[in-house]
Amino acid sequence: MNHSEAATIFNKNEKKVNWHDKALWFVRHKRDKSAHSVEGWEELRNLGQGIKAHTLSNLDNYLIQFEENALKNGVQVHWAQDGDEHNRIVHSILKEHNAKKVVKSKSMLTEECHLNPYLEADGIEIIDTDLGERIVQLAKETPSHIVLPAIHKTKEEVDELFQEHLGTKPCGGDPQYLTGEARKHLREKFVNADAAITGVNFAIADTGGFVVCTNEGNADMGAHLAPVHIACMGIEKIIPKQEHLGVFLRLLARSATGQHITTYSSHFKKPRKGTKMHIVIVDNGRTEQLSRPDFRASLQCIRCGACMNTCPIYRRSGGHSYDATIPGPIGSILSPGKDLTKHSSLPFASTLCGSCSDVCPVKIDIHTQLYKWRQIITKETKQPYVKVMSMKMMGDIFSKPTKFEKVGKVARWSLRNLPKGIINSKPNVWGKERDLPSGPVESFDEWYKNRK
Amino acid sequence: MFIEIKKKLKLYNMKVGLFIPCYINQLYPQVGKATLELLEKLNVDVVYPSGQTCCGQPMANSGYENESVGACNNFVKNFNEFDYIVTPSGSCAYHVKKHFDVIPQTDEVTKVRNNVYELCDFILNVLKIKDVGARFPHKVGIHKSCHGLRGLRLGSCSEKVTPEYSYIGELLAEVSGVEIITLNREDECCGFGGTFAVVEEAISVKMGKDRVQDHLDNGAEVITATDTSCLMHLEGLITRHMQPLKVLHIAEILNSVN
Repeated sequence: MNHSEAATIFNKNEKKVNWHDKALWFVRHKRDKSAHSVEGWEELRNLGQGIKAHTLSNLDNYLIQFEENALKNGVQVHWAQDGDEHNRIVHSILKEHNAKKVVKSKSMLTEECHLNPYLEADGIEIIDTDLGERIVQLAKETPSHIVLPAIHKTKEEVDELFQEHLGTKPCGGDPQYLTGEARKHLREKFVNADAAITGVNFAIADTGGFVVCTNEGNADMGAHLAPVHIACMGIEKIIPKQEHLGVFLRLLARSATGQHITTYSSHFKKPRKGTKMHIVIVDNGRTEQLSRPDFRASLQCIRCGACMNTCPIYRRSGGHSYDATIPGPIGSILSPGKDLTKHSSLPFASTLCGSCSDVCPVKIDIHTQLYKWRQIITKETKQPYVKVMSMKMMGDIFSKPTKFEKVGKVARWSLRNLPKGIINSKPNVWGKERDLPSGPVESFDEWYKNRK
Repeated sequence: MFIEIKKKLKLYNMKVGLFIPCYINQLYPQVGKATLELLEKLNVDVVYPSGQTCCGQPMANSGYENESVGACNNFVKNFNEFDYIVTPSGSCAYHVKKHFDVIPQTDEVTKVRNNVYELCDFILNVLKIKDVGARFPHKVGIHKSCHGLRGLRLGSCSEKVTPEYSYIGELLAEVSGVEIITLNREDECCGFGGTFAVVEEAISVKMGKDRVQDHLDNGAEVITATDTSCLMHLEGLITRHMQPLKVLHIAEILNSVN
């Protein structure tokens, strides 16, 4: 199903669309207040962009430096070319430690690699410990947003889900009660876990350490209790120096939720006595994206989700309509690089309003990249015959002034004289909910000529 | 007095071309007329080259830049002799500036790209006029069309932390009798987006409905904008649902005297 079809289904329930739109607009508004309270916010964005662009241009060196330092710290480092290799590595580490029960904090990378089903197939229990992620895991769904994975669910829906899976009492969607129950449920999982998996927000080349940002402290709860900690990261998570964290931690939380900083910015460097720490560094298509001059800046993304919250289309179509691990504007420039045909409708799910590029804390030119993907998609994937022909016709009409005037005359006459029932009949999608302007007798061109 | 005369002479010396976007030419000629009359009122010697068609945006934004080459070349042919190219559309001006690299960058092409101006930008920043002497005693909501706002930077946008300004707002504020209403969402997209309006019909309509509702909720009688394309989309919804709102391009308000 393409984006438009999925969005049409989502829009069958206008009340829910309004609710979804308002919930995300609230987050966007909080972000505005928070960003506007920082003098030099735009300078901070420039710094963030500059550091990321520099890092991407020197990625090989920084990754090697990171590995060297991490090894010195007693961390084991693994390299995975793709999702499969990533999953195999994680699986083998777990097997080595005979780990059967695993807790995992939020990691979009492991979603991208489909780690959960891979491990579950071998009888390993893997529990997502971020509350939103746990909700979608129980519902057997995927996250619809990278920061707010269950934003598509109402509290009443969560109430029902918890009754079914956690045996909670009906509570009319009382958030206090529901989070309390989730906490009890997750505490038991933390205490009994054989291994903990976390994502990585920032990996620091000159120290070999890494930072994981959460609001729930679930990454810490997992990593501090389990004897094995596996951190999974994409190659673009590298930053050169510890001091650069000052730029990114400020940008990330404000852009994501409007907080000054995430509740927990957890710094990991070496394993505790008697425990093991592994880092899995994953490519999975990133170097290919890096090789595309027009699209490499997409790898600057720090996964704040601000482009989703601001996107008027995302807010009204829901994250699942994108049918991709990363939805929304940033996903629409990342996904085509992975599978052009499958994701060919995504760059068209935008009015090119540019709000995403202006809200982006690392200044990715998202809307420009959407435009560029469109040019590639029409050339490299199969397009409907009608679309191709109508574009050819329009191109021809607009290159010939006399033809343009003639066609315009016919169009105006039709709009004036044909009954509305015919004008708005099925082939005219515009007319389903909107009227067309009534055709004026005279075009501007004709009026201008007669005027003199 | 001397400065006034010098200023006028300078205005007379510059060659100004009027670019009327294709859909305004055919479907909203009144917007073209208002633009021309307004510029003439402001003593601009403005010429309308009649061989013009379109900036090429409909094809290019749909992913068919190649099919827009003819339109781009025709645009350059019609406008390369002008010092200023003025158009009542932020979106079309933006397209010429941002996307004309689909054709070879000759001196003529570069000149055209540098010289194209959206109407409010031209009046405020080239002519340096704020009060155009218009009267319009109505409650007006400004829809800040995206390509003008975030593409041409015709105003500050809510995402960026920059000093607040708005060219259309500054001009409208000087119109006698007008009351500018505040919207709940000051610069959200209306959902037109060219072929997006058809390809993503459901979302496009929903975005438009929400934009109209924001104006109704805040007591607007008129929605104005720098782009008739946004207004055509909103008007289509307003007419279909028989809502008590009117759309007028900013040129029509600035050219208004009653």
